Amino acid sequence: MSTLTQAVRTSTTGERRSRAPRTRSEHRRAMPAYYWMVWPAVIAFAAFHTLPVLVGIFFSFTNYAGYGAWNFVGVSNYLNLFRDDRVLQAYGFSFLFAIVATLLTNLISLAIAMGLNAKIVGRNLFRGVFFVPYVLAILVIGYVFQFFFSNSLPKILSGIPLFRDNILTNPDWAWTTIVVLAVWQSCAFAIIIYLSGLQTIPSELYEAASLDGAGAWRQFRSITFPLIGAFFTINVVLSLKNFLQVFDPIVALTNGGPGTSTESVTLLIFRGGFSGGEFAYQTANAVIFFIVITIVSLFQFRVLQRREADF
Amino acid sequence: MTTASTTLAQADQALPVDGGTRRRPRRGRESDDTRRTNWWATALIAVCSLTVLVPLYLAVVVALKTPDQLVAGTGFEWPNPVRWENFAEAWERTSFPQALMNTAFITVGSVAFTLVTSSIVAYALARNIHRPFFKGVFFYLLAALFIPFPIIMLPLVKQTAILGLDNQVGMIVLYTIYGLSLNVFIYTAYIRSIPIELEEAARVDGASTWRVFWQVIFPLLTPMNATVGILTCVWAWNDFIMPLVVLTDPAARTLPLAQFVFQGQFNTDYTVAFASYLMAMAPLLIVYIFSQRWVISGVTRGSIK
Repeated sequence: MSTLTQAVRTSTTGERRSRAPRTRSEHRRAMPAYYWMVWPAVIAFAAFHTLPVLVGIFFSFTNYAGYGAWNFVGVSNYLNLFRDDRVLQAYGFSFLFAIVATLLTNLISLAIAMGLNAKIVGRNLFRGVFFVPYVLAILVIGYVFQFFFSNSLPKILSGIPLFRDNILTNPDWAWTTIVVLAVWQSCAFAIIIYLSGLQTIPSELYEAASLDGAGAWRQFRSITFPLIGAFFTINVVLSLKNFLQVFDPIVALTNGGPGTSTESVTLLIFRGGFSGGEFAYQTANAVIFFIVITIVSLFQFRVLQRREADF
Repeated sequence: MTTASTTLAQADQALPVDGGTRRRPRRGRESDDTRRTNWWATALIAVCSLTVLVPLYLAVVVALKTPDQLVAGTGFEWPNPVRWENFAEAWERTSFPQALMNTAFITVGSVAFTLVTSSIVAYALARNIHRPFFKGVFFYLLAALFIPFPIIMLPLVKQTAILGLDNQVGMIVLYTIYGLSLNVFIYTAYIRSIPIELEEAARVDGASTWRVFWQVIFPLLTPMNATVGILTCVWAWNDFIMPLVVLTDPAARTLPLAQFVFQGQFNTDYTVAFASYLMAMAPLLIVYIFSQRWVISGVTRGSIK
């Protein structure tokens, strides 16, 4: 569930919208049928979404290993998290990865969307091609990338030691391969968003600008970018949030290795929680992770929204 | 939940009822586009599209090789002779028919339940959003969009195991429920743009709220049903982490999960593995190729104002 932005948008606009229909509500209470439509869903949602969250928060204050007896241990799980190098490293990796991948995804997809928006031959064909990664399971196509990095690339670029020795086993550079795979896939969606944003810009604006002597870069800065600001905000917020939770591409490429150099927070929670006997400890980690993600997304949204308004 | 990211539907900007007006100006512009064909851009885009096509090409050629051919080259050479047996072997060793059936069952079930439940909930919310209870529910569901899956993951596994939902049916239940937040969001914006007069006419004729929904509203939701259906389908078909943690019985494995297990068991048997990857990706890819425009417009509709 990644669409934070919507939540933000609605929470800011919800007030205004909700007032409109009030005039036509003659009944104080809604008809019973409406309640019957909503209650089952609310109960199911509470049981399978809210309840696990609360159970998780509860166990984060215990020393439950995932089996057997447990005791309350107060906030010691939380305190230990901040002293655990493996946890700190996972956060460091997740952020480094997410920031680089977000930048690349948005740069590349904006560039490609602008190319697709120009008058080119076979636009629909290319648009279809660029969207293909969206329908592929990232884990499965990730295995193809894994073969490429570990078997093809060492032979093709045998002159460069980094690639010859299998970049996936290099503790310093293995993370870049995960960036490549994740960006490769998420560009598909971002391109479509940017393209639909670009298509809302009337071409008269560009005609007027070129009559006034504005060059291509000037047109981009003064027309294109400000007018697709909203799309940029959405894409950046969504990609960063999704990339912070990266899991599938890592499993496909490095499985967290070499060592723990590419272990993301999600992978750590998964491993520690299911096979490491750290159920309580990793739920505490997950609670912190949730807080971090919420803060990052809200902060980012604020900043980007303000920028957008400034143009 | 990557598919969820797809949408930034903005509730205050309701979509036009026919859902297509927004794109009409574009189509017009395309036909009387007076710009000259930009060959530089065409060339650049063509080169960039290779980054998408090359991995797919690699997947195909490796799947058609013998292990010896693979060891001899970089992987990109065209196989000679072609070894089709890889597919037969992959079919056997990953229990492909079983995984395919599981995935298809989960996907079809999730899409069907999602379309029905999400639209009903969204309808009730959209028509009563001025009432505190419904508004509360709306924001309750929305707030869930902030919650990352890892925090649910560990307790959820215990819960599904206790309830006996660590199987395909459980997956359908989970996809339907977890998709609710986003789908309700997509639907409500749209339903609010449907004139209430349409319903009032039916009510005057004595139709109940349920009847109004099924006979008046649901048919009008077709464009949004397509959007929600596509998002749910891609999500349920390709999802890896949820089946990985929830499903316990090997016979319940989905396609991505089967690839994961296969990779763990025979991790150097690349040619057979690649045949198996291709078979896992093929169904959705084929559907996409034949309905490309429809899929892209459906996804776009859900994600822009």
